[in-house]
Amino acid sequence: MSAQSLPNPNGNNGHSAQRRVIVCAGTGCVASGSYKVFQALVEQVRAAGLPVVTEFRPEHEAGEVRLNKSGCQGFCQMGPLVTVLPENLLYNKVRLEDVSEIVAETLVAGRAVDRLLYVDSTTKKHCRGVEEIPFYQRQQRFVLRSCGTIDPESIDEYVHQGGYAAAKKAYLQMTPEQICQEISRSGLRGRGGGGFPTGRKWEAARSQPEGKKYVICNADEGDPGAFMNRSVMEGNPHSVLEGLMIAARAIGADETLIYVRTEYPLAVQRMRTAVKDAEKRGFLGADAFGSGKPLRCEVMEGAGAFVCGEETAMIASIEGQRGMPRPKPPFPAQSGLWGKPTIINNVETLAHSVRVINEGAEQFRKLGTAASPGTKTFALTGHVANTGLVEVPFGATLREVVFDIGGGITDRRGKVTRDGFKAVQIGGPSGGCLTREHLDLPLDYDSLRGVGAMVGSGGLVAMNSKTCMVAIARFFMDFTQRESCGKCVLCREGTRQMLALLDDIIEGRATAETLDLLRKLASAVQKGSLCGLGKTAPNPVLSTLRHFPAEYDAHVFHKHCPTGQCKALAKPSIDPAKCKGCTACAKKCPVNAITGERKQAHIINQALCIKCGVCAEVCKLEAVVGV
Amino acid sequence: MLKEMKTIEGNMTTTEATKTLTIDGREVPFNGERNLLELIRKAGIDLPTFCYHSDLSVYGACRLCLVDIQGRGVQGACSTPPEAGLKVRTQTEEIREIRKITIELLLANHDQQCPTCPKSSACQLQDIARKLGIRKVRFKPVHQLAELDLSSVSLVRDPNKCVLCGDCVRFCDEIQGVGAIDFAHRGHEAAVLPAFGKGLGEGECINCGQCAAVCPTGALTPRPEVDEVWRALNDPVKTVVVQVAPAVRVAIGEAFGLPSGMSATGQIVAALKRLGFDKVYDTAFSADLTVVEEANEFLKRKAKGEKLPQFTSCCPGWVKFAEQYFPDLLPNLSTCKSPQQMLGSVCKATLPSEMGIPKENLIMVSIMPCTAKKFEAKRPEFAQDGVPDVDHVLTTQELARMIEEAGFRFKELEPESFDMPLGFKTGAGVIFGNSGGVSEAVLRYAAEAVTGRKLGNPDFLSVRGEDGIRLATVTLDGVELKLAVVQGLKNARTLVEKVRRGECQLDLIEVMACPGGCIGGAGQPVTREREVKRLRTRGLYEADKNLDLHKSQENHHVTEMYQKYLGEIGGRKAHHLLHTHYQNRRRIADERMVFGDGPEGDKVKVSVCAGTNCFLKGSQEVLSEVLQCVDAQQLQDQVEVSASFCFEKCDQGPTVRVDGQQLQNCTGKGACAAMRERLKNKVAPE
Repeated sequence: MSAQSLPNPNGNNGHSAQRRVIVCAGTGCVASGSYKVFQALVEQVRAAGLPVVTEFRPEHEAGEVRLNKSGCQGFCQMGPLVTVLPENLLYNKVRLEDVSEIVAETLVAGRAVDRLLYVDSTTKKHCRGVEEIPFYQRQQRFVLRSCGTIDPESIDEYVHQGGYAAAKKAYLQMTPEQICQEISRSGLRGRGGGGFPTGRKWEAARSQPEGKKYVICNADEGDPGAFMNRSVMEGNPHSVLEGLMIAARAIGADETLIYVRTEYPLAVQRMRTAVKDAEKRGFLGADAFGSGKPLRCEVMEGAGAFVCGEETAMIASIEGQRGMPRPKPPFPAQSGLWGKPTIINNVETLAHSVRVINEGAEQFRKLGTAASPGTKTFALTGHVANTGLVEVPFGATLREVVFDIGGGITDRRGKVTRDGFKAVQIGGPSGGCLTREHLDLPLDYDSLRGVGAMVGSGGLVAMNSKTCMVAIARFFMDFTQRESCGKCVLCREGTRQMLALLDDIIEGRATAETLDLLRKLASAVQKGSLCGLGKTAPNPVLSTLRHFPAEYDAHVFHKHCPTGQCKALAKPSIDPAKCKGCTACAKKCPVNAITGERKQAHIINQALCIKCGVCAEVCKLEAVVGV
Repeated sequence: MLKEMKTIEGNMTTTEATKTLTIDGREVPFNGERNLLELIRKAGIDLPTFCYHSDLSVYGACRLCLVDIQGRGVQGACSTPPEAGLKVRTQTEEIREIRKITIELLLANHDQQCPTCPKSSACQLQDIARKLGIRKVRFKPVHQLAELDLSSVSLVRDPNKCVLCGDCVRFCDEIQGVGAIDFAHRGHEAAVLPAFGKGLGEGECINCGQCAAVCPTGALTPRPEVDEVWRALNDPVKTVVVQVAPAVRVAIGEAFGLPSGMSATGQIVAALKRLGFDKVYDTAFSADLTVVEEANEFLKRKAKGEKLPQFTSCCPGWVKFAEQYFPDLLPNLSTCKSPQQMLGSVCKATLPSEMGIPKENLIMVSIMPCTAKKFEAKRPEFAQDGVPDVDHVLTTQELARMIEEAGFRFKELEPESFDMPLGFKTGAGVIFGNSGGVSEAVLRYAAEAVTGRKLGNPDFLSVRGEDGIRLATVTLDGVELKLAVVQGLKNARTLVEKVRRGECQLDLIEVMACPGGCIGGAGQPVTREREVKRLRTRGLYEADKNLDLHKSQENHHVTEMYQKYLGEIGGRKAHHLLHTHYQNRRRIADERMVFGDGPEGDKVKVSVCAGTNCFLKGSQEVLSEVLQCVDAQQLQDQVEVSASFCFEKCDQGPTVRVDGQQLQNCTGKGACAAMRERLKNKVAPE
């Protein structure tokens, strides 16, 4: 089932389908210039004499063109994206100069502009729209469903599509117990990382004595490379707010907070607009949905610390304290913000809860696995053909995500290669790596934990065979050791020392003792750290040690990096049997370390060489070895 | 007649049925222990920790008290409540390895110049490393030398020794309510720093030194003055006199293997004389003097019903605290100098002529249990013509070190007595070192002064005890005296705020910054045991018992002092030598930037807060809108606009004050409207 074959939620417009042009205004597309494209579209459609509507209206007139910006449509690699309805054409990489052609050909003449359509790299076929593009075909988009279509700043459009029905139902027709039960039955688990059953968390807070309680939406997406939460907040902020309201009703809270990282200004702005609009509508305020119950919501900006994604650190940060975690128990559901029962849910979890209340637990459980029901969004990046935002049911395999949706692994020149796959890092700096042997492993909370990885935030970085796994472990360790809050010794000093040990390995100073100490230290930090950040910080090290022991051994015992990425270990030399003396390498060498007569084998002067690897890159004969 | 009533503020703990759990295979009952660590220690196992302190909140940062709980894995004992049936193991291979790794990690980032560290031999990092048998640090040394903070006259902050356990931060915040230091930066750059990275001496530190008392390493230590004192002693021109505070005598023995609380007065005097001090006096003498002056001041205020409650002023930590946070209450502080400063000024005023030496050649040294006394001695109020009344202050620790350096066998010293007359004291002066001691001493004086009769039993047990805030009512011939005894400045803040709100009517409030009073001062030998403080307290009460006299008014040398030098109690001469004044140390007392330069006159004054919080909430915009409004309507002659600092309504900022009226959450429009309104009302009556 592709996104577009889903029943149109906008089922009540009796008229013929509206002519719509939707320009993706997700961060990726904006960076590629989609705002300018949108502006040009407005001007040129007008100039072509067509009536332009930029605001949402429940009714529309024949012939008018509705133009709107949407949140992230997911296919970031191909941005700026422009969707044209009702034909459901998806134009990609649209530049300013393409606008006139879109207006003249598509909007006036009703023909597709073929050159702007996506071309399937395997079949070479021009795909008209999302239903023909493999990237979308294999996904099942629920949380992201409306992200690419509706105007994120229009509460009217959200309500028109059936929005806030779930929250209203929660407030007017359901008791808190019923909500908690329904969520428990759905098997919804926290999408922020740990996968804790959401129903149980809500129930724990609900069963606390009545009084002041809080719900916090964790939108402090700190994992580098993950942008699912951002996209949902930017693309469909009301769905997050609605989930927050349901959670508040479920535990009996009258105050909610959305803690967004300050590096997401657009998400902050959209969430603030959503809150304001919901207040105007009476969904929030002294009398939520006319239930007689007050409900307030505040959007708060975090100052950009990875550790503030940890519940107790986030609470400290909200209270104006330094963002440092504290030991649990007591758990936030017992004593959280200002010492009151508090639940903290991830953006995506809240968005899912809307669907559970709307469609029921059974419907929700239809996708995903028994222990991990529903869908999960992943931010697919790295060496894949199609980077972007992906939503698949739990239980989908890595192969489906990386090859079917991601379009396969690319080499260092960006071309898709057949056996380039080496590994993916899943779950960001707290996660672990999965290898070729896990390609058919179903992705869910428990199977991933079983192989030393985790769903985590949902960052998915694909890596090709030219990626050094020791360097990858070092990359993530460098991140965590900088982001450690510095409170507990094992995390503060331990991550720093792990980084130093990895440096020793990468720079050729390591011995068998280094490896042994790295293992022991990683295990101590994992077992003994105070909070989740520290406990998961060694994961990239432990999982690469587990899955790529030979690569570590090569670095440690043979002072050799099999991928040639670790410059300190590189010993570039020219294979005289392959070298034809074309002089390309000698010309490019920045330090003139390569000498040789034309048409004679060249030599690298090791004393001068800085191991930059340029020679290997320019050599068409692959005569440069050891880099 | 004489009635006493005592109320204690605190929580009652309910007892529950005894349950058990297993520690290392042995069944252990528990009842009311707050966490596994307390229980494990009770069971006789000393798990190492840096960051657990029974008086402070649970922090969980040092990761040394980890235990293995069956079914739950590795957990911090400090943050796990006891539960029936838990199977706890404290010494598994895994836990031993984690502990070792933790200590090695700390050592790899530590300035390991242990022999030259002031905390050497009393350092917990050293101690734990030895106990865990760490012979080698497997990790790379990553320590980078940072500069010492020598800005404080009381304390030295050495970031190179810090293990970031946070004990100091929590003590300063949770017990003292000051928060002079906190964590800054993240990752391995994390550090404990005073605000804005300034020096400890430049901020709100009140010098109590409790941070140093709880510091497990040498990151915070009392600032030594040993060298200066040696130099004075070795200078043939100088006459060096010394005073010894009451609390010193019951603690110094700990440094030489004597039991805590055992009074070692005779040995101290003997040691000081051997070190070369010309006269050895007792601060308890001037404590008696303080009692006479302060009780008199109190009874006068009580009779007039003014400036009550009277706060005691002998604790310099409390005095600075009051100057910083309650400047409006400074008139309520007793104007009496502390005993240290009274003895200092009496000595400097009388000894030169008595001994026939020039004033500049007289050096006064005091031995104190306290680091704040170092700060006190350097206050400009306590110097005459640039010559301080007290030249050097040594802590108990420093005196012990001098004795060690000189090589005296302290225990074997033949006891000697203080020099007279300034070495003569009553028990009232001695108990000054305990929390509640000043109150009790004042009561012993007041009881006789009010009733005119001899007081039989001098003990007022109602003011003794360990609670942070103790309230007592004493009725003397129908005169009811309401007293409060406070230890720990957070408690002081709580009580002061209650008094301000009119929730409690009090006559006399004794405040000691350090828990336990001076016996718990930060200059005393380092201890983590609560019991040690109890023994010291008991030691002072016993010293009182063992003396013949218990009331300051019975100190005939004090009486003589009045006759000879001071004149009347509370009189002019006494006032000059024995009383002082205080300064408002508000962060920014009255700093304003005035805009506009129209003629002076009766203007409407608009001040916009430019403090950090209001600034962030847009007070800058409010200010410019007001200025535009003034320009546009040409009101320069009638309005004075200024940017001022914190009105302390940060949560409701931006704050704007228009003459007397304070506006919260103020917008530019709101400020302009209020200004115009004010102008209208001002003009109208004329």
